[in-house]
Amino acid sequence: MTCQECGERPATLHFTKIINGEKTETHICEKCAKEKGEVEPGTNHFSIHNLLSGLLNFETPIGESPAQSYYKPEISHCPKCGLTYQQFTKIGRFGCSECYKTFSDKLDPILKKVHGGNTVHSGKIPKRAGAAIEIERKVQNLRSKMKEYIEHEEFEKAAETRDLIRTLEDKSSSEGGE
Amino acid sequence: MSLQHFISEAVSPWMKNEGPDSDIVMSSRVRFARNLKNYVFPILSNREHNLEVIEEVRSQFTDVPDDQVGQLELIEMDDLKPIEKRVLVEKHLISPNLIEHSKNGAVLLSENETVSIMINEEDHFRIQCLVAGFELKKALSLANSLDNWIEEKVDYAFDERKGYLTSCPTNVGTGMRASVMLHLPALVLTQQLNHIIPAINQLGLVVRGSYGEGSEALGNIFQISNQITLGKTEDDIIEDLQGVVRQVIEKERAARRALLDNSRIELEDRIYRALGVLQNSRIIQSKEAAKCLSDVRLGIDLGLVKGLSKSILNELLILTQPGFLQQYAGASLTPTERDIKRATLIRERLELEDQLTKNVEGDEQ
Repeated sequence: MTCQECGERPATLHFTKIINGEKTETHICEKCAKEKGEVEPGTNHFSIHNLLSGLLNFETPIGESPAQSYYKPEISHCPKCGLTYQQFTKIGRFGCSECYKTFSDKLDPILKKVHGGNTVHSGKIPKRAGAAIEIERKVQNLRSKMKEYIEHEEFEKAAETRDLIRTLEDKSSSEGGE
Repeated sequence: MSLQHFISEAVSPWMKNEGPDSDIVMSSRVRFARNLKNYVFPILSNREHNLEVIEEVRSQFTDVPDDQVGQLELIEMDDLKPIEKRVLVEKHLISPNLIEHSKNGAVLLSENETVSIMINEEDHFRIQCLVAGFELKKALSLANSLDNWIEEKVDYAFDERKGYLTSCPTNVGTGMRASVMLHLPALVLTQQLNHIIPAINQLGLVVRGSYGEGSEALGNIFQISNQITLGKTEDDIIEDLQGVVRQVIEKERAARRALLDNSRIELEDRIYRALGVLQNSRIIQSKEAAKCLSDVRLGIDLGLVKGLSKSILNELLILTQPGFLQQYAGASLTPTERDIKRATLIRERLELEDQLTKNVEGDEQ
């Protein structure tokens, strides 16, 4: 099989792209592939970031009228790494941990889209940095348990849970006070 | 280099273990993305900062307090030849991104290659644990213990509400991507997979070929992983993934049984033809090799082909990739030379298998 691009060299790279169930095949040689920007297997030439930046551009109105283009979009940038929101929409990635604060007002709609409607972390907490957070979360869990016990009129268990909550809260306040 | 020695170098030690459900699940993987609080993420940082990160790693992170892992070796990308880097990618130990886009990229690799921690990739740390078979929980607990060990010594970028902060918002929260590599020849052959994939996607999971998005599955190998990283606990994510994979495994087994019951002779024909191609071809492209290897592996799993070890598909799929072929040849090869070398390597490997089986039989007598 010869290369579809140059028609000279043998085709050694065979791409099958499936987009919305539609399958297209391309057969090209390595040289043309490099020129075309198609890359070797294992490299994501169309990555999640391209898709993501598509999602991020939702603020730009489609078919912008000439009058609107006089309007200069506000340029907010991260004080720590200097990333602007415009740059972020292009590369789809943040430059530092501070970016999450800088762009926080724009972040939740994006996170909802990407994470099935979720915006708040509920997984692992780092041991050292998160000791206080860990306690706070335990207390919240116990509170909701206590409520359940009360609803089911299991008052003994509810009282036990209340004592547990007190111990935990004492512990966290004494640690905080030191 | 002798073939046997080359193979033992090429195949990660963990791959030789047979994990649970190894007739279908080739490997389970858990990856954590982590960043350092005080440094700009690698995508915007300069070489100087990246070097500081590497030095920090070199001074603190080579002795793991965990017997299953052993020593970690720090390998810097700048010290490797292009072919050596390619080989690490083909073994799934590092990402193509680490080679192409990272400044001062490095990897901490455990001796048995179960653990690889990429440094200065998209995030400062990418902790990856790979285990054989269907063992997501084992991979998770290993990743957790490494994560805890690293966190004892450095400050992670963590936010109470957003979790572990990652460069890409698609990873934020747990920073965890869990995935399972599956060999699904019967679901492909019976065209059921086309119906299963959209259903899996609706559950917040992703199915892709073994080499990432948009790629066709080489050798009928598919990867299923979680898409959502925020708002669910690590255990919940793993359990959801496990539940779905469990069902896919059952469906694949049912399809295999149905093929055996309804079209045994056609199946045998296909499998033995594939074996014939592998044993006799002199020039073979990677796509055809992968297809034949998949057929033969199915034959082994169904007990139709005897005297070949199960690991042959995993092994040869890795060995016959361009990087490995060139490393074996000790030189860079043109595409045609590669196809010839690939055919030779496969034939030699199958002959080696023959000898091994005979030796074992001899020992037993």
